[in-house]
Amino acid sequence: MHEQSIVEALLTLALENAGKANARRIVSINLVVGDYTGVVEDAVNLYFGFLSKNTLAAGAKINYTHVPGQLRCRDCDILFPLPPRPVYRCPKCKGGRVEIVGGRELYIDDMEVE
Amino acid sequence: MSALKINVKENILGANSKQAELNRALLDRFGVRMINVMSSSGAGKTSLILRTVDRLKGQYGIAVIEGDVACSIDAGKYTAQNVTAIQINTAGGCHLDAPMVRKVLDTLDLGPIDLIFIENVGNLVCTADFDLGAHKDVVILSVPEGDDKPRKYPVMFCEADAVLVSKIDVVPYFDFKLDAFPGIINGLNPSARVFPVSAKTGEGLDGWFAWLEESLAAKGT
Repeated sequence: MHEQSIVEALLTLALENAGKANARRIVSINLVVGDYTGVVEDAVNLYFGFLSKNTLAAGAKINYTHVPGQLRCRDCDILFPLPPRPVYRCPKCKGGRVEIVGGRELYIDDMEVE
Repeated sequence: MSALKINVKENILGANSKQAELNRALLDRFGVRMINVMSSSGAGKTSLILRTVDRLKGQYGIAVIEGDVACSIDAGKYTAQNVTAIQINTAGGCHLDAPMVRKVLDTLDLGPIDLIFIENVGNLVCTADFDLGAHKDVVILSVPEGDDKPRKYPVMFCEADAVLVSKIDVVPYFDFKLDAFPGIINGLNPSARVFPVSAKTGEGLDGWFAWLEESLAAKGT
């Protein structure tokens, strides 16, 4: 459900940037999405198709770059990926003092316009 | 016309965050502290806020911003207790955002208000991603939901200034390991304060009230 407001914000940002470049239409948008954001591609595409009608972004393709969850042990200072079954425990010291350092990204990297 | 690549590198929720900063600046100008209370549906947000308002309303001017997908059942509970409550219906939306909160703030006479509670939409997934302009984020997790929720919804707990474990009066009937729980939270978020409480019996509430009052005393800092 949060995709609706995320797509509204994405569209506003994309249209602003296209306007600044005096573009006639947006061809594609490269979106970076961290796994922790809970943003679902299918839902974004659905809302985007609907909300972009009659705008410069109509028909634009969204390309997704997913960023996996990345954790850091506050004691050992080592980085490790979020395991498939989420366990917030350092693989080295087995401690639970773990910080999320990657996977919360949600930004437009770049876009192609005409 | 040839294609042109535009470098954007801008956060999707950047506009929301900017509005949130403006909200905070407005509140600071009036010396108002705003607390964003988040949890899943049924964790006890309304009961805990009602208990809290009841305790503090003699000393502070308090208002509640009530976020729900639809209806005004909870806002009605506040107004029945003579607490100023403004309902936001998100019409299906699963979270509040900074512009929605601003619309409400603009209708309030902030002068006599010291403290605003936002009761966010019941949802542990995305509410914490939307900065509303609050000074403190509070997450409530109820005992029946289980102590594995920080593992399933870590972002909520990483952002929280305080985590309230609610309904501790039913701990004997569930497998919630209350003793180990603060360690789990502080592993993810070392600065979060954890308060096990029961709105029903009143157990543990004094610590939460004291934390809130400290926060109010720090107003404007």
